[in-house]
Amino acid sequence: MFELFKTKAEAVSAEVHRFAGKDQALDFIKETFRKEGVADTPQSYAVWTDCPFLKGVDKDELAKEFPGLKFNVTRDLAEKAKIGVTQMHWALADTGTVVQNSTDPRERLASSLTWIHLAILDTGAILPDMTTLMETVHPKDAAYLALISGPSRTADIERVLTIGVHGPERLIILCIDDLGGHN
Amino acid sequence: MASTEFKKSVDKALQNSNLGGALGRFSEAYAVARKKAYEGIDFEQLRGRIAAIKGYAAEHLDELADQFTKAATARGAKVIRANSPQQVKDYISNLCREKGVKRIVKSKSMATEEIHLNQHLIAQGLQVNETDLGEWIIQLAGQTPSHMVMPAIHMTRDEVADLFSKEIHERLSNDIPKLVKVARKELREKFLRADMGISGANIAIAETGTLAIVTNEGNARLTTSLPNIHVAVVGLEKLIPTWADAAPILVALPKSATSQQLTSYVSFITGVTSNDDGSMKDMHIILMDNKRTEMAADPIFKQALQCIRCASCLNVCPVYRLVGGHVFGKVYTGGIGTILTAWFDELKKSEEIQGLCIQCGNCKQVCPGKIDIPALILEVRRRLVKEKGQSMTQKAIFSVVNNRKLFHGMLRAASKVQGVVAREGFIRHLPLFLSDLSEFRSLPAIADKPFRDVFDTISQPVLPRKVAFYSGCLIDFAYPGMGEKLVKILNKAGYNVTFPKAQTCCGAPARYNGAYEVAAGNATDNINALLGEDVDYVISACPTCTGALKNEFIEVYESLGNRDMLPKARRLATKTVDFSTFVKQLVDEGKLTFKEGRSLGRITYHDSCHLKRTLHAEKEPRQLLTLAGFELDEMFECDMCCGMGGSYSLKFPEISKPMLTRKLANIKATGAPVVAMDCPGCVMQIKGGLDKDGSPVAVKHTVELLADLLE
Repeated sequence: MFELFKTKAEAVSAEVHRFAGKDQALDFIKETFRKEGVADTPQSYAVWTDCPFLKGVDKDELAKEFPGLKFNVTRDLAEKAKIGVTQMHWALADTGTVVQNSTDPRERLASSLTWIHLAILDTGAILPDMTTLMETVHPKDAAYLALISGPSRTADIERVLTIGVHGPERLIILCIDDLGGHN
Repeated sequence: MASTEFKKSVDKALQNSNLGGALGRFSEAYAVARKKAYEGIDFEQLRGRIAAIKGYAAEHLDELADQFTKAATARGAKVIRANSPQQVKDYISNLCREKGVKRIVKSKSMATEEIHLNQHLIAQGLQVNETDLGEWIIQLAGQTPSHMVMPAIHMTRDEVADLFSKEIHERLSNDIPKLVKVARKELREKFLRADMGISGANIAIAETGTLAIVTNEGNARLTTSLPNIHVAVVGLEKLIPTWADAAPILVALPKSATSQQLTSYVSFITGVTSNDDGSMKDMHIILMDNKRTEMAADPIFKQALQCIRCASCLNVCPVYRLVGGHVFGKVYTGGIGTILTAWFDELKKSEEIQGLCIQCGNCKQVCPGKIDIPALILEVRRRLVKEKGQSMTQKAIFSVVNNRKLFHGMLRAASKVQGVVAREGFIRHLPLFLSDLSEFRSLPAIADKPFRDVFDTISQPVLPRKVAFYSGCLIDFAYPGMGEKLVKILNKAGYNVTFPKAQTCCGAPARYNGAYEVAAGNATDNINALLGEDVDYVISACPTCTGALKNEFIEVYESLGNRDMLPKARRLATKTVDFSTFVKQLVDEGKLTFKEGRSLGRITYHDSCHLKRTLHAEKEPRQLLTLAGFELDEMFECDMCCGMGGSYSLKFPEISKPMLTRKLANIKATGAPVVAMDCPGCVMQIKGGLDKDGSPVAVKHTVELLADLLE
């Protein structure tokens, strides 16, 4: 399932990485923050919405290491952030899609106003397809269900595919095999 | 007849090389990409499910609207049912006044285009910005969308650069990624400051009160998330019964629309969520009728509510790709756009655009809602004629066609004085041929002796079985040689061929012009003639005629409520077979055998519209030609219409001509010395075109090629 998901997600220009556990994933996230120059100046912030992944992670320590990293996601901070980190709930293998219950608007701020969206995903939460998703999730439990396949794109000028219109230019998916405990 | 003004707009579009180039390249790329997107998917099964879901919904609009209203209301949304465009506009402008709204951002919504909402709101002093890139471009240009999915497909990067430069008062280059970044920056500001977001919806789920919105740019996410007020304008036809029903639509829509597996974003919104300032979203869902329930009550047009607005009917249309959406449509464009214009706007607004449909059937084949778009366009045409009556010229023509003796008498007379009467007199308006439009193709002479006379001179052995031959006007009066070959072939298979002399025009020209009474008259004459003799089969070598005998006689009677004739029409339908399908059957039964060891060289095959898409015979002629010893060399777009379309080539020669030009280029590109086809109309068009070009490629009806190759 993961292989199909990766192939399909990459086909729509998402970047897919797989990690055995949280520690490796966290290292990757930090590395990305460093590479992208996350700093405590507007346009260089990173925002990270509260999520199961963060349980047991020392947020203060992280924020100390990356002064531009904000865990209190607001419209203003998200707008001035380069990176948004959120955790997904499901994924669809046959279209390379990640799925989140985005009822909390901060999830949408972090994943739609930023330039780079880091999407954390439990490898085990990859479903085969749309039909299975509809059987798995019900709108009574999710007022705003968001499906994301690759970065924001357009072909509205001369049908030339252009990445990053109103949403992120990059979607980086971090598949973690063992997220540690219940999530 | 099309007005001068309309004809001018057609000419202008045809001369716009940017437009033709962009649409031509797109349609070519789309065909390939769509096929790839659907790889491994049973499209027929998928669209069967969608048609069932949407068809059910169309029959239960009221019930589903109530169910949706209850479910969404329970989740905190305000749901309003609006019958007229004015009600929608009033509701939104009142809401703006009441809530002190100044700035509005919009994500793409055809429903709001339909009612010209922007103009209304702007007139109230509101600032309204489209945020879908294509929609923003056409908003800045002051235009309507030329395509339902790609609204600005008609514009070049230079034009966009000019528009954006004016908007931000800075000279911009035509670099597309840079232009996109400009849009992002400009519109981001507007998103952040907007008081209200207006969206449409692709699906409205009655069971759960959910709206599904499909986008690529991410603008709908921002429109529905950032402003504290969200208004969704949703056409009633977007309703489906259950949550699970959304899956097949979401599987098909992106594939059919843009050849994507899924768009970048799909949002399912069920009632209100909190805003990022902690308040709750003020959500208003307007279920817009605007004649949709009226449409649902129409036994024929209710089918159009199965549309999921993918625009694939535009993408495969040979006419749309030449003239584009500003000619072919109003707000809604292309094939389905013609039908929606006739209903949501008014019937007479579709009068000119409906004439653009050449009835090739490409759209019907790809429609994920399984809508018979060409048939619905014919019905629009029929109702227009019913409302307005036929033009004097058409009345005169059809009064002749409806009188076989007079009709055939005139054709015989024409053969004697071709060039004089045929060019100058009213006879040139007769269906299918005798046109003076030889500018882009040579036209065949009317045969000295029609097939009906030649037939009497053919001596046939006495054989055990019997078929009737239905020649159609073209073989009878222009290509009698094809009929002779057909008799020869069927004799070899042990069939005597009869030619009932009372047969006449199949009625297709009348039907295509909305003259159903005339078509019914033709049908009755033919049924009486062809059922008059006891034969095993009725064979025709013209796919349009075959389609008439097999399907359209029945449809015409049903449409006119002439039920008495239906049993006979059905009997004729079951006996009727097209030439290639019949001969393939005879070969399979061992009644015909090809001469062995023939190596006849390369050949290419042109699929005639009605043979492939009405009679579904695309393999049979190819198999026959291959068995005979030809080496088949497929041309690019082998099943694209050649531009003949019966009287279409007389009504729109300016469109017929470029369609033919493309076809000829594709034929020549194969390098094959022969092109085969199964329709005498296509032969007339393609042979005429190649002849005018001085090309050595031989144009043959399959019947002409096979006769001498059989034992």
